[in-house]
Amino acid sequence: MAVRRLNRSLLYLLLTIFAVLYLMPVYVVAVTSLKSGAAINLSQMWDLPRHISFSSLATAWQKLGPNFMNSVYLTIPATVISSLIGAMNGYALAKWRFKGSNTVFFIILLGMFIPYQAVLIPVLRVLDILHLYGSIPGLILVNVVYGIPITTLIFRNFYAAIPDEMIEAGKIDGAGYWGIFRYIVLPLSASGFVVTGIWQFTQIWNNFLFAVSVTNPPHQPVTVAVVNIAGSQTIQWNVQMASALMASIPTLVVYIFLGKYFVRGLLAGSVKG
Amino acid sequence: MIKRAVAKDAEELTVKPVKRKPFSWDKASAILVLVPSLAALGIFVYGFIAWTGYLSLTNWNSYIPNLSFAGLKNYVAVFETFRFQSDIRNLVVFTALFVLGCLALGLFLAVLIDQKIRFESLFRSIFIFPMAISFVATGVIWSWVLNPQTGVNLILRALGDKHPPNWFLSTAIDPSITVGLIQLGIPLALVAVTVAAIWQMSGFAMAIYLAGLRAIPEEIKEAARIDGAGSWRLFWSVIFPQLKSSTVTAVIILSAASLKVFGLIYAMTGPGQDFTTDMPTLNMFETTFQGSQFAEGAAIATILFLIMAAFSIPYLISVLRKEEGA
Repeated sequence: MAVRRLNRSLLYLLLTIFAVLYLMPVYVVAVTSLKSGAAINLSQMWDLPRHISFSSLATAWQKLGPNFMNSVYLTIPATVISSLIGAMNGYALAKWRFKGSNTVFFIILLGMFIPYQAVLIPVLRVLDILHLYGSIPGLILVNVVYGIPITTLIFRNFYAAIPDEMIEAGKIDGAGYWGIFRYIVLPLSASGFVVTGIWQFTQIWNNFLFAVSVTNPPHQPVTVAVVNIAGSQTIQWNVQMASALMASIPTLVVYIFLGKYFVRGLLAGSVKG
Repeated sequence: MIKRAVAKDAEELTVKPVKRKPFSWDKASAILVLVPSLAALGIFVYGFIAWTGYLSLTNWNSYIPNLSFAGLKNYVAVFETFRFQSDIRNLVVFTALFVLGCLALGLFLAVLIDQKIRFESLFRSIFIFPMAISFVATGVIWSWVLNPQTGVNLILRALGDKHPPNWFLSTAIDPSITVGLIQLGIPLALVAVTVAAIWQMSGFAMAIYLAGLRAIPEEIKEAARIDGAGSWRLFWSVIFPQLKSSTVTAVIILSAASLKVFGLIYAMTGPGQDFTTDMPTLNMFETTFQGSQFAEGAAIATILFLIMAAFSIPYLISVLRKEEGA
């Protein structure tokens, strides 16, 4: 029993050490962004701020605020649209299997893996032709299209868990494709939408490659602004950390309150057999 | 499409008489619903990849489009550059360190968490939360944490390390064997980037492994626990083999993430001194949009796509087959 207790203590000790290591960057970001520019001293990086100052956060918000709002205008519609498309596709693929439906699923899924550099030049060209280059609607379009594979995957797996008997019962009651979707499947979809919505919100909010390629300065999302602030020689570390913190807050808040669903999306998105 | 389907049905009829199902609007609806998505992906994924492949075979290497045929000239040109050769080395080193690091750490943490501990969800949340942050923010944050003048080096100095590493500003490559134009080995600067990447993504491996562990029948794990949870051999010969499919999934997804890594490097180091932290993704982006070498950029993009296709297509096919068999 003594050995067992020792093991338990060792277990908690290890877990705590790792938890501290994982949280260390958070501590650094927090203490740095609560220091004022004058108090930024390289040798005291790990010290708590002597006086808590919100000036770094205020400066960061001044530089980052408009981009933050761009991200909001981008992420919310793109998340909603791609989740709806995913639900429709997932329902079709999970509950109305037809000859070749697995091939269709494969064709859709592969889009999830591609390195987006492989489509980037044509994307810019086509957005230019559509007069959407440099704008938020253009970025929404791109995020919706390349979001189809993952949202379809999550909903297909989600709907696969609804018993086929329920669909059969609907058919016996005389409901057709849309009737079953509307009255049987959709009412059961709430947590599917939460999982997909959270996942897409995080991915689109955090996306950088499309954001930096597709948009121009007034329309750039927050990820691009963070890089621009960090790349500027004249901006101090406290403002950089404050801007990184600000750009991370929306997804962190979602994670803190709905982490369970985030992890479900994480696992559903990993295409396990 | 329809013609072919009919022809195929007719073929089957001659082999064995199958009752043809009557046309159903419901099945047709399912197909019709999928058509717009298939069309969108047909254009935006498959069409655009083909377009990029086509551009990689042209002479469009200035601001003015020039679509005359160049053969494989751009590929040869790309492979001959110091930069791309460095990229390949970096990609291999980064992928190996990143995937192994995430797997090892993820498995270790998952096993710790699976010991029926208190505050399980708190610990789990702490190990996964970096996944909710953007790669860009991670890059900015870790460039401060690993800043050679301050950051962890302050701690290392306090612990008595007189010459702490220069992290992502280092130009050292170990062991440094000259092959082609470049030094083969592990660039120290890239290790710094890998540390940040592992911090961000190891929670993913942990979640996959934890789900895998939870799927193992309780009796097997209980037997392992009774023999002492620390029993090394029992773990590797009994528990770990049960996690094979978790491992495969994690390796594939993490390799894909490693191939695509872009924002982290862009924000943390850029290409780095002597391209020690450069990646094909970054090279493609700068070659195309800053250098206006569209055809060469397209060649790099096509190489990236081919690498991805080589491992993800067999994986997806095997997953779907397994599912069909089940």
